[in-house]
Order: sequence, then C-alpha cells, then structure tokens
Amino acid sequence: MAGPVLEMRSIVKTFPGVKALSDVTLTVRQGEVHAICGENGAGKSTLMKVLSGVHPHGSYSGDILFEGEECRFRDIRASEHRGIVIIHQELALVPFLSIAENIFLGNEHATRGLINWNETLRHGTELLRRVGLSDHPETRVADIGVGKQQLVEIAKALSKKVKLLILDEPTAALNDEDSGKLLDLILELKKQGITSIIISHKLNEIRRVADSVTILRDGRSIETLDVKAPETTEERIISGMVGRDLDHRFPERTPYEGKPEAAPALEIRDWTVFHPIDQQRKVVDDVSINVRRGEIVGIAGLMGAGRTELAMSVFGRSYGRFAGGTVLKDGQEIRTKSVAEAVGHGIAYVTEDRKHYGLNLIDTINRNISLAALGKVAKRGVVDEQEERQVAERFRTSMNIKAPTVFEPVGKLSGGNQQKVVLSKWIFAGPEVLILDEPTRGIDVGAKYEIYTVIDQLAAEGKAVVFISSELPELLGMCDRIYTMAAGRLTGEVPRAEATQEVLMRQMTKDKEVTR
Amino acid sequence: MSTDVTDKIPAAAPPGKDGSGAGGGLLRLVLDGLRRNMRQYGMLIALGLIVILFEIWTGGDLLLPRNVSNLVLQNSYILILAIGMMLVIIAGHIDLSVGSLTAFVGAFAAVLMVNHQVPWPVALVLCLLMGAVAGSVQGLLIAYAGIPSFIVTLAGMLLFRGLTEILLQGQTLGPFPGGLQKIGNGFLPAVGPNTNYHNITLLLGLVMIAAVVWQEFRDRRRQQEFSLDVPPTKLFLLKLVAIVAAILWLTLLLASYDGAPIILIILGVLVAGYGYVMRNTVFGRHIYAIGGNLPAAKLSGVKDKRVTFQVFLNMGVLAALAGLVITARLNAASPKAGDGFELEAIASSFIGGASMSGGVGTVLGAIIGGLVLGVLNNGMNLLSVGTDWQQVIKGLALLTAVGFDVWNKRKSGS
Repeated sequence: MAGPVLEMRSIVKTFPGVKALSDVTLTVRQGEVHAICGENGAGKSTLMKVLSGVHPHGSYSGDILFEGEECRFRDIRASEHRGIVIIHQELALVPFLSIAENIFLGNEHATRGLINWNETLRHGTELLRRVGLSDHPETRVADIGVGKQQLVEIAKALSKKVKLLILDEPTAALNDEDSGKLLDLILELKKQGITSIIISHKLNEIRRVADSVTILRDGRSIETLDVKAPETTEERIISGMVGRDLDHRFPERTPYEGKPEAAPALEIRDWTVFHPIDQQRKVVDDVSINVRRGEIVGIAGLMGAGRTELAMSVFGRSYGRFAGGTVLKDGQEIRTKSVAEAVGHGIAYVTEDRKHYGLNLIDTINRNISLAALGKVAKRGVVDEQEERQVAERFRTSMNIKAPTVFEPVGKLSGGNQQKVVLSKWIFAGPEVLILDEPTRGIDVGAKYEIYTVIDQLAAEGKAVVFISSELPELLGMCDRIYTMAAGRLTGEVPRAEATQEVLMRQMTKDKEVTR
Repeated sequence: MSTDVTDKIPAAAPPGKDGSGAGGGLLRLVLDGLRRNMRQYGMLIALGLIVILFEIWTGGDLLLPRNVSNLVLQNSYILILAIGMMLVIIAGHIDLSVGSLTAFVGAFAAVLMVNHQVPWPVALVLCLLMGAVAGSVQGLLIAYAGIPSFIVTLAGMLLFRGLTEILLQGQTLGPFPGGLQKIGNGFLPAVGPNTNYHNITLLLGLVMIAAVVWQEFRDRRRQQEFSLDVPPTKLFLLKLVAIVAAILWLTLLLASYDGAPIILIILGVLVAGYGYVMRNTVFGRHIYAIGGNLPAAKLSGVKDKRVTFQVFLNMGVLAALAGLVITARLNAASPKAGDGFELEAIASSFIGGASMSGGVGTVLGAIIGGLVLGVLNNGMNLLSVGTDWQQVIKGLALLTAVGFDVWNKRKSGS
C-alpha cells in the first residue's frame, strides 16, 4: 500500500480545566478509508477540529504533516485550501438556498461579484452526478431529506477539490438505506483516489468500509488496527475502546437490596417519540424502563441512542413528538404532559446541556438554585430574599460550590461548579425521582468524585435515581442495574453483578437486532 | 466563560474589620462597591454628570423648583411607558405599538368624555380596560400563537394609529373635565399653616424617608438573623445617608414651589410597586428567567407562555395610563399624539441597562434612562438648541450608553 498522506504527531490540546487530547498520534495512508472510534468524549471530534483548523495552530501542541509538508492552519479555510475538508455531525447547509447555491457557498462561480448561473448549474449537476444524486440543483435544501443533504455536503467537499475527506459520524442521523448509499459513495470516492477519515460508533460500518481503524480513549491514541486482518474482530475493537481499569474513582456504596413488594417509584412503559422535524424518524422506539426507591439505574448508549430524548420527552414532553407510552409512579399512572406536572409528581430532570437547558448564565447562583421551586421560598407570590439566600448558602457549603458569594453570576463559574448549581436546584425542588443526564460531562476528576458522592447520598436517602451516561466505568461504578439503548431502542438490561464494559459496549453497538 | 473563581475568593470577600479608623478605608469600600456594580451605578453617575453640566450651562435654571416640576410633568408619560417596556425587554421581547396605543386610548377617552359626557372616573376605568384588552390581544398572539413580538406590535403600531384617526376623524378633541386635567397638570392640595413650604409634600417626603430607613434596617436585621454576611456598617450608613439626602433635597425643592405634582406621586407608586414586583415576586423572577434562558426556564417548570402574556397585558394597561396622562396634560386628544413614544421608551430601557437578548434590567434603570433623555431634552430646550440637534445628541447618548455597557462587559471578560 501507499505511504502516509497524513501524519499527526503528539497532538496535545487543553481546554480550561480539561485535557481533551494528550499525546495523540494518527497516521493515515494515501487512498485508504481510515476509521476513528472511541467512547463519547474520547477526543475524536477535537482531534478532527485540530486537523481542520477549527482549533488554529498555536492552540494545540504537536505537528501535522499533510503530503509530507508541515501544516499550520490558521482557520478552516486554510485547511480547505490544502484539500482537507471536514463534514460535521450537524450539517452546515443553508436550508432556504438551493443545492447548487449551497455547494458553491463561499466559493462561488463568479466574476467581479456577479454569479455565473450557467456555470454554477453545470458544475453543480456534474458534482451531484458524482455523488449519485439525481435531484435538480435548484431544489431547496430544506426540501430534500437528511440523507440527501449529507450527499450535498460531500458534493460541496468535492467542489473544493478535496484530497482528504473527514466525516464526523456521517450516518448518525440516517436510516439504513441512506446509510448504505453513503457508505457505498465513500468506497466509490476511494476508487477515485480520495482518502477519507470516518468517525463512527457503528462497528459493522467500520468493518464494511474502513481499511484501518485508530482507537482513541481518554484523549490518547491507543492503537491502530488493520481492519482487514482476521484477528481484528469487533470484540478486539471494543476491548480497545473500553480497556481501562476501574480504580477508586467512585465512593463506596452498598448495593441496593431489592424490595420486590413495592411498585417501582417510576416506571415508563412503551414510550415512543418521533423526531421534532423529521416526522418519520422514531428517536425513541417502544422503550420500557423502571427504577425503585434507593436504586441507581443507569442508561448506557452512544450518541444518537435516544437516551436524552427519552428523558426529556417523559419530563413534560420537552422533546420531539410524543407517539405513545405511559408513566407510572408507585404503580399509579400519572400525567407528565407539562414540566410543571412532572415536577409536581416529584420528578426532576437534570440536563446534559447545563449551559443551554440548565442554567440562566447571566443570573446569580441563588436565583438559579431557587428557580425550579420558588414556591418554597415565597409566600403569596412574594419571594423571601433572605430565606432564598440562606438556602443558596446552605447548598454552597454542602455541595462545595466554589464561588466568592451566592450573588456571583453562574456564567463565571467553572463547569464543575455550574453542574453543582444545577444539581442543587433540583435537589432543592425535593424530588423523589431524579433523572441525571450526563451529570459529570466536561468536568474535572475531583468535581466528578464530589458529584458521585452526592448521587450516592441521594439514593441512600431513598430517592430513585436514573443515571444517563456515556462513560461506562462511571455507570459500572455507580449503578445497581444498567439499561442499554441503541438507535432509539432498548437493547438490554444488565444487573450490576453481570455488567462489564465489554458486555455493555456489545449491546450499545448493536445496530439492527433487538433482544427483548 | 468557565474561569475558575477559586483564586478570586480572598480578593472579593468583604473585609471583616469594618471598625478600622482610616478615612481611606471607607473611600476604598465605596469605590469597590461601585466597581462591582458598574452596571447599576454607571448610569446613575452619568445622569448626575449630565444634570451638573446642564445646571452650569443654563446658569442654574435647570434645577429651579419650577423647572424640576416641569421636567417631571413633561416626561411622565415616557417614564410610565419605560416601566412597562423594561418588563417587555427583560422578557426578551419588544413592543413597538405603545406610542400608537397611547394615542388610541387618548382618542377613546375623548370620545367618552367630550362626545358622550361620561363621568371622568368611569371613563378612566374604561380606558384602562381598553388598554388591557389591546395588550391581551397582542399578548395572546405573541405568547400562544407564537408570532414574533416585533411583528405583532409593528402591526399594532399601524393598527392603533389608524383607529385613532378613525375615532377622531382627523380632528383634535377637547377640552376635558377638570378632574381629569388635574391628573395631568395638578399638584397636591395646599393645606395647613403657612410655612413657606408646601405642607403635604413635606409630610410625604418625611414619611418616605421614614419608610426607607425602616425598610433598610429591617433587611439588615433579617440578614443578620439568618446569619448571612452583611455589608460593613460604615458603607451601609453612607448609603442610607445618601438616599435620605436625595429624597430630602427633592422634597424641599418641590415643596418650595407648588408642591409635588400629582403625576409624580403616581409615578412614585408605580416605580416602587413595579420595582418590588420585579425584585421580590415569583412573577418577576419568572420574567427574568424566560428572558435569560427560555429553554432552561421551561425545563424548570416556568409557565413561559402565561408570563409572556401577562407582560404584554401589563404593557397595554400602562400604555393606556400614559395615554390618559398625556391627554389630560394637553387637555386634548390629537391624532398625532404619542408619535415616537415607543422609541423613547425603548431607548430609556436600553440606556438604563437592558440587554437586546433579554434577562437583564431593572425598573429603576428604566427610570434613570428615561431621566437621562428627559434632562437632555429639557436642558437643550433651555439652551434653545433646535430639535434637529436634539435628535442627534439623543442618538449619540443612546449609542454611548450601550457602547459603554458592551465595552464594560467585554472588559470584565464574560
């Protein structure tokens, strides 16, 4: 096979408080399809952002060699100029412009600012043919499906004379048929000499298109395997993705002893939700789970598994279009059609995205903590500011929120402290069931331990906890029972004693078959 | 954004040894307090500077008792509108219809009182109701139908202006019953012995001082009861003295002329009432929450649609009140009344610290912003600056105020 087209050596990238990449090395050979896989947060997307200049030269350390030359990209235009094009998870198309306009956006066929429409259409048609799309180039992007939009993105990349195409989870939002077409196209482009890097969770896809696979874990490159070699089984890849040992990163916890006589504190039955925009896509498909008082139940799954969507949909129909299912609390069916109703029934949902869905960043700590249960510090609609402040002070001490006063705007706190504020807010609401969605995402190890301790304590107080996480060690360290989801479906339920990372990852990467 | 604050703790903690003698210590405390609340105090200081400048330029005419009285009367309707507008902007919306609505309610009042001789108290209630109806229709469309507030109120601006002209048939209607006129132009009645001052005004001023002092001491005591940190005693007393002095000065100023205008009393009640609502009530909190981060507020169980609706309903009522006040003051309802008021109210809010993206601002800020514009207006009138240059200068004032705010925010690294 040919020599390397791309070499990334000893790449280190730090964000405030978090080391996203520590010493990553990646070698991609000319003309191959190279897969990158790893758990959520392993550093895949960050690595690609370094490569494409989204994180400019100087914001990381290490060397990038493309076609034997050292590259110092200032921005994404610089990398595109060299023929490196990245297609992000969220498509970057303008919905109300035509396909052709999108393909040549920022790169128009124009003389002195006037667009040459004939050339645009001719070239557009040609590019569309190359990616196997028969739609007219003047069709609005909003009027074609996500699968076709993905192909338009690739056509756009081709228009930039792409040499190295990077696809970040290209099939995450696609159905099977569209995924198949896309993978075929990648193989077709390979024949035309275009090298591709594909980030994917789906092991069957990797086996189908990739020549080699590099595994990232905790911001490090673990190994590069030859996919075509017989010893590279899916098990081999999985063990590379998860292979780290569990040390004392979790508080000691007495496992939950089941009290079978009581009905579960919360039970969700046959829950189904459609995507809010793509009306045909089931994001959550007939999922049933339950959790008892004092129990911590995990939900494992990769990006797009539908965990957050399930939780938010149950919590006041805050996501997507509800298509069926019931919620029972202590065996009684309850209504959770609005957030107020869900909160009224003692359910709390702590979001995975604290900045967008959890906190009012411009407001102070005390006002954020009290927001979900203002009634508790108010009499006849009037907030007792001193009592509110005292509540906030109590949480600042008990949760160890590092801030000079409770009047500090939440936006100025570090990620870990912000997370403690969100948790405080919901603990103050006094729920019986807590749904915690990625409660330790993007925070440092010390703060993580503190949050585990809080979760443990909540369970010990008899609250039912649903713990959604992408970090398997965390689920194994904390949960009594773990559900796994993949592509909107429940793919397994594993008691603590039988759970290992390999077992879970196996079920999380199941694509088609359902075992229920 | 996510800077660790650990290292800042020692610097920002209030110094515990507040008894220490040096006068420099108190000054430092004051400066520290100012720096930390730049946003709050910046505009107050700017207002002070503008007042001093015009006081000098007009050779002392600006702060003559008669002129201060005038200043209040001239700007009262903008200030009333600015209060409601502040709520709208904090909630993350905008209301362009208030100028037209003001005129419409004025016209409605004229039709009731001038054409149909409805007793003025009854007409007053009907007019406020009309404002509530107008506000709730717009609120329904914005909150529940999901039409952007900019569009709904732009339509409202055209619609109410048109309805005004239809009601008045292009003419100016007047005069109004004396009772209503008093609201716009009247003063508190003069009673009691001749003291060279206006007695009721003096009394009101003293009552207000007593109320403020009592309130401040009660807050401080409660904070101590909950064993919370309180500001150092010296700073607390200094703040108290400053507030008392300001009220006393305004009281004496007004009492040495005709006394407090009735409209000032109405304004005072509105400012205190709305300030309280925004600071201390669940409703107020919810307005800040939906403006600051709508998805987060929804996920916290805030009934965002209802709150939005109520904010616009309230704006309608305040616009109606402003309409009554200006009609009473001019003693006539004209088709061109209230022209551009919405822009002045919006400018007042932004000068007073509101943010385009919502979630920030105070009622007092809106009043300060409105006064900045009002003093500029009045001062330039006294200096006989033409309206052409007045517009230019007011535009620059808005730009400077908001520009300073943006710069200040960027500097503090958020």
